[in-house]
Amino acid sequence: MSTTETLLHDLSDKGQPALIGYFPAGYPTVQESVEACVAMCESGIDILELGVPYSDPVMDGLVIQVATEKALANGFKLSMFFDLLKQITSRVSTPVLVMSYWNPILQYGVERFARDLKAAGGAGLITPDLIPDEAADWLAYSDELGLDRVFMATPSSSQKRLDEVARLSRGFIYAVSTMGITGAREDLDAKARGVVSGVRNTKTEVPVCVGIGISTADQVSEVNSYADGAIVGSVFIKAYRDGGIEELRKTVKQLKGGN
Amino acid sequence: MTENTSLRDQDGPYFGEYGGRFVPESLIAALDQLEETYAQAKADPTFALELDELNKTYVGRPSIITEVPKFAALAGHVRVFLKREDLNHTGSHKINNVIGQALLAKRMGKKRIIAETGAGQHGVASATAAALFGLECVVYMGEVDTVRQALNVARMKLLGAEVVAVTTGSRTLKDAINEALRDWVANVDDTHYLLGTVAGPHPFPTIVRDFHSVIGKEARQQMLDDYGFLPDVVTACVGGGSNAIGLFHAFLDDQEVALWGFEAAGDGMETMRHAATLSKGRVGVLHGAKSYMLQDEDGQTIESHSISAGLDYPGVGPEHSWLKDLNRAQYFGISDDEAMQALKALSQTEGIIPAIETAHALAGVIKYGSTLPAGSSILLNLSGRGDKDMETVGKYFGFLA
Repeated sequence: MSTTETLLHDLSDKGQPALIGYFPAGYPTVQESVEACVAMCESGIDILELGVPYSDPVMDGLVIQVATEKALANGFKLSMFFDLLKQITSRVSTPVLVMSYWNPILQYGVERFARDLKAAGGAGLITPDLIPDEAADWLAYSDELGLDRVFMATPSSSQKRLDEVARLSRGFIYAVSTMGITGAREDLDAKARGVVSGVRNTKTEVPVCVGIGISTADQVSEVNSYADGAIVGSVFIKAYRDGGIEELRKTVKQLKGGN
Repeated sequence: MTENTSLRDQDGPYFGEYGGRFVPESLIAALDQLEETYAQAKADPTFALELDELNKTYVGRPSIITEVPKFAALAGHVRVFLKREDLNHTGSHKINNVIGQALLAKRMGKKRIIAETGAGQHGVASATAAALFGLECVVYMGEVDTVRQALNVARMKLLGAEVVAVTTGSRTLKDAINEALRDWVANVDDTHYLLGTVAGPHPFPTIVRDFHSVIGKEARQQMLDDYGFLPDVVTACVGGGSNAIGLFHAFLDDQEVALWGFEAAGDGMETMRHAATLSKGRVGVLHGAKSYMLQDEDGQTIESHSISAGLDYPGVGPEHSWLKDLNRAQYFGISDDEAMQALKALSQTEGIIPAIETAHALAGVIKYGSTLPAGSSILLNLSGRGDKDMETVGKYFGFLA
């Protein structure tokens, strides 16, 4: 069982909520993003989802689009990424999963990316636009290196696809709460419960975490009542954008604290 | 390759190593539904009848072939034949695919269609089909393109569509596709994404090609019936590649027929400002498919540049990438200036004003026609008319202030 899975199961066994926090590498600059990520980990997130900025992020809403555009405009390059990651993993013990669209990884080289990720202390990879059907190379290298690989489960996924996602995911399964892209929504879709129960039906041991649209402590707490963790992104970026590190710390604590 | 293998039998999801489905899991069910609906439609004779009837009574098919000897004289000792897709309803080939996909949307019970557009031609065609079939229609268009194709924005609005100006990224076609994909992810239950070119995730490259393949089927038969021979060269402009594959497809197994695709070289192939994806790009993943694309070493998409909004796209359909690697088709770049001179040349020698996109293929004929033996014949897809481009053309030649 991967470290990420053990961590999520332990929290679940203790009845504690799990909070997974997203932040884009290089936003607004490389060094500031390191400090922001470390602050999030220190303030209580259980897993860090570190985003690789990409020119065409089709799963992301406006808040993340604008942030990652800024990171690229400020000179973020993949060559800086693993050093950035290492700086974070050397300062905190929080597992760090990298979230990246597929083309940057394809261009860097799937094997090379996997090895550098491992060497920099990364726990694994979340792939928003790589479905298991297209993932042969990544499946092989992540197995060899024992890296987490997080695939998505959605309200429209058939049970057959959920079986495949559950069988091939490691670390956790990313349940998409609603049919939509990232960004805060006031009413968390009831569809989230359906997806989680569909994943549970596969009898998988892999934890299921819910993401997309989560922005309040109540939602984090609600999600944790039926899933193994809540994934939050846009709200943290807004907090940092509007109030810097202090506001970011405050927001993490608020969301982690539950009601 | 064995004698029995037909290049025309490739129906995805892969064309060689290209194609596939590099999209969020959220879209897989919709892509499966589309694939299944299309397979059922293909097996249902009433679908073909309905499509044929609409092509005949609404689109204006078959489109004619026009031989253009005075234009051909600019290209050495060749004969040039134009497949007149500019005479279709809405003024370009785009309507072929739109009518077909709108019928599929109806079969799937979807009440809303969304589309991306660059030059506005696909947006206009989609808005037209939406009006015809009573569907709600939202068209995503890069903000830059809404300015250079303002007339088409007005046409779409007149037809009842909502036009959304996309203000993220490079504010052109690629960003319009991103935004359309985001809309689709959020509204996939009641919405069909009416993708306008042979790119995107499977089954789009196959479906869009099939609906445009009527161009080549007609043209091949017309050449045989009216002239008694097949052309030596078949040619078209290539952005995403829909009009080119529509014409090429019927000729793929005619090994004696050369296939030439002309991409936008913008300021020139030696500059960074072009849209010559196949000639200058590298293999990557963009908008759901593996194909050639313009990108930096990190895999970030590079903005393309072309005077023609319809060719201003940093990706290309996967089947073209496959045909390039097989060396079955050759792809060349044509600069903005070469295209504009060819546009003027066809207008003044033959009284036919082509779209700027199409003018890239015309320029290619002028540029490379003289390399052919005397008496060779070239069939060119005149994919669109130039009315929408009058402001750009007027300014370029100084007819407008």
